[in-house]
Amino acid sequence: MAKNGSVDRRDFLKSAAVTGAALVGGAAGVGAQATPQAPAAVAPASAPVAPRENDPSPEVDIVTTDRPGGDFMVDVLKALNLEYVAANPGSSFRGIHESIINYGNNTAPEFITCCHEESSVAMSHAYAKVEGKPMAVLVHGTVGLQHAAMAIYNAYCDRVPLIVLAGNTLDATMRRPGVEWAHSVQDAAAMVRDYIKWDDLPWSLPHFAESTVRAYKIAMTPPMMPVMIVLDGGLQEDPISEEVKPRLRIPKLTLTAPPQGDSGAVAEAARLLVNAQNPVIVADRVARTPAGMTRLVELAELLQAPVIDQGGRMNFPSQHSLNMSNGGRALLANADVVVGLELTDFWGTVDSFRDSLIRSSRPLTKPGTKLISISAGDLYMKGNYQDFQRYPEVDIAMAADSEATLPSLIEAVKRALTADRKTALEARGKRYAEQRANALDRTRADAAYAWDASPISTARLTAELYNVIRNEDWSLVSASGNTSNWERRLWKFDKHYQWIGGSGGAGVGYGAPAAVGGALANKKHGRLSVTIQGDGDFMYAPGVWWTAAHHKIPLLAVMHNNRAYHQEVMHVQRMGNRHNRGVTRAHIGTTLEDPFINYAQIVKGMGVYSEGPISNPNELGAALKRALDVVKKGEPALVDVVTQPR
Amino acid sequence: MMKKQFLLTFAVAWTSAVVLAWGIPIAVAAQQASAQQAPAQQQNAPAGNAANGRKLFVSFGCYQCHGYEAQGGAAGPRLAPRPIAYAQFMKYVRHPTAEMPPFTEKIVKDSELTDIHAFLRAQPAPPDVDKIPLLK
Repeated sequence: MAKNGSVDRRDFLKSAAVTGAALVGGAAGVGAQATPQAPAAVAPASAPVAPRENDPSPEVDIVTTDRPGGDFMVDVLKALNLEYVAANPGSSFRGIHESIINYGNNTAPEFITCCHEESSVAMSHAYAKVEGKPMAVLVHGTVGLQHAAMAIYNAYCDRVPLIVLAGNTLDATMRRPGVEWAHSVQDAAAMVRDYIKWDDLPWSLPHFAESTVRAYKIAMTPPMMPVMIVLDGGLQEDPISEEVKPRLRIPKLTLTAPPQGDSGAVAEAARLLVNAQNPVIVADRVARTPAGMTRLVELAELLQAPVIDQGGRMNFPSQHSLNMSNGGRALLANADVVVGLELTDFWGTVDSFRDSLIRSSRPLTKPGTKLISISAGDLYMKGNYQDFQRYPEVDIAMAADSEATLPSLIEAVKRALTADRKTALEARGKRYAEQRANALDRTRADAAYAWDASPISTARLTAELYNVIRNEDWSLVSASGNTSNWERRLWKFDKHYQWIGGSGGAGVGYGAPAAVGGALANKKHGRLSVTIQGDGDFMYAPGVWWTAAHHKIPLLAVMHNNRAYHQEVMHVQRMGNRHNRGVTRAHIGTTLEDPFINYAQIVKGMGVYSEGPISNPNELGAALKRALDVVKKGEPALVDVVTQPR
Repeated sequence: MMKKQFLLTFAVAWTSAVVLAWGIPIAVAAQQASAQQAPAQQQNAPAGNAANGRKLFVSFGCYQCHGYEAQGGAAGPRLAPRPIAYAQFMKYVRHPTAEMPPFTEKIVKDSELTDIHAFLRAQPAPPDVDKIPLLK
């Protein structure tokens, strides 16, 4: 577990100062590193060492203190009301770690023990989306941040606030020889600066307070993104000096009001929408809060316009009569106005792209269709990583937060609506309601296909799961792997916390830790957290199931165990066909078989109740009910289900 | 890992054109209705070997997108139990117009496609949805 395999110089110095023991090398080289003076004598490591009366020598740092800098750092974290800090322990942040658990009494923030930094970050990612505010993540110097990097990128793409605190030891003369050098860096944030919003390296405790409050504010301003503060080891561990004490204060936090769309652009957008014959609303990461969902419903009902919910957040009730997410292409083909709200990919929304014999694309909309974009993404964009997608040729572009802009857009629509238009819109709404009802009937009929198949169909999987949770206050905190979106098609989502969107950057390995993090946030609200867990995703950092068991995080997990990276199988198939070499070897490097993985057994070994693998669909319902009973007692449970690919 | 991440990212970009919304993929939905044919239109189909067709359906990877029972899913439309007419099927597999990769004669023989078509025709009808309590 220890990240340092060599002698701990700082600990050695502390020990020498505290015990008054002679400064001798218990291991090679330590004594020589500690002081320019040659060691007086080097005894065998096992030999007892007599105290010297004149120790501690003046060359030895005396770091014993009742008030280290880490304590003040904890004061700052408490002032920001950070409930949790997730971390895999690392010596570069041992100072603040100790301050959190002792000085801070391990409460707000509470230390959440993780087995991988990717888990720490993804847990925090999902927590923030459920709770509407960040928690903190501590990462070890260099290697811990490297582990965390992909998960940070996911959060960046997903516009989610994270407070990343990274350990580092700046003063080269204070580093322990060996590993601490390998884990120290001149510019720690450089590694992730392309996909965080802001970072700082505080030089003093007052600087830490100011920068951490600033970081929180920046992270919470749309477009929300991760921020990072580098914690110098000495600043955490050393005593708070008398010179600094009078300057210690925690600045007031005032969150920035999110930016709204320009009033002229809003009025023009409203005019286009009201006068359109077939307007379409497309939503991706609109509803940052429950209010966003309420406002989107109001806009859609006011216009009687269909909504295509791309699912970046819980934007729109799944069974609302205007939810036409299943009929997207036909709607867009017929649309005369399309308004895209916080779209990840506006171009990809209104254009098709075919990757078959040749790569080709064409617009999905007819010529003359007016395209309106409202996105905070336009306010902050970087060049290196290409998550910004193709350039969309829109007619109105508002660099603004959609949720914050919706009230003014709604008011502008109300002002533009005439009595005649209202009558026309009502008739349109009735048509959509009828289409929606028919679509739901078709969806249920579609779900019946392969109902009794083994491997179990994804429709059956999601229907069985919904049957045991539908009367609970449930929250689907993650759905990794591809279930053909049956949960969205069959379940009734009408609360903001019932869905929180996906990974953002499609970095696989998000699903499991996000589920645990979302469940952590739901715990105090008494909600039943549920996840559909992909097998490929599971295997990235499965230690997070131990975290769930250790911290007693209730979570009902259902494995979508289709025994392959099916998306990748498809790509290899595509290449094999394109190159006329066939598909019979496409399983090589893309499947999880020989041997099959027993997920129930894995999590059982980490203290999680489990059942499976289940291949008989008739056995699934009872297993889920037993697992639910365990979750209701406040613990995680996992049911491994062998499934169809999609 | 890097290649994997690249592939996944690429896959998402590719899929975004297909999976527009948080619902059934739109391209698949559009194909779903046309992918089913009435029994009368299957009269000219050769008999084929349905049991072998099931094996081929797996070995050629058709199940990856269409499911082991050809029930369809996010990546490919439902094909069974009433597949498109035999002639249309043979033509489409060689020259698909949507996202499906083409399968040339070098990869899949006509006789093998005949067996796969027989498998699709032999698939049983689904249970009556009104008799499935979980879908009410």
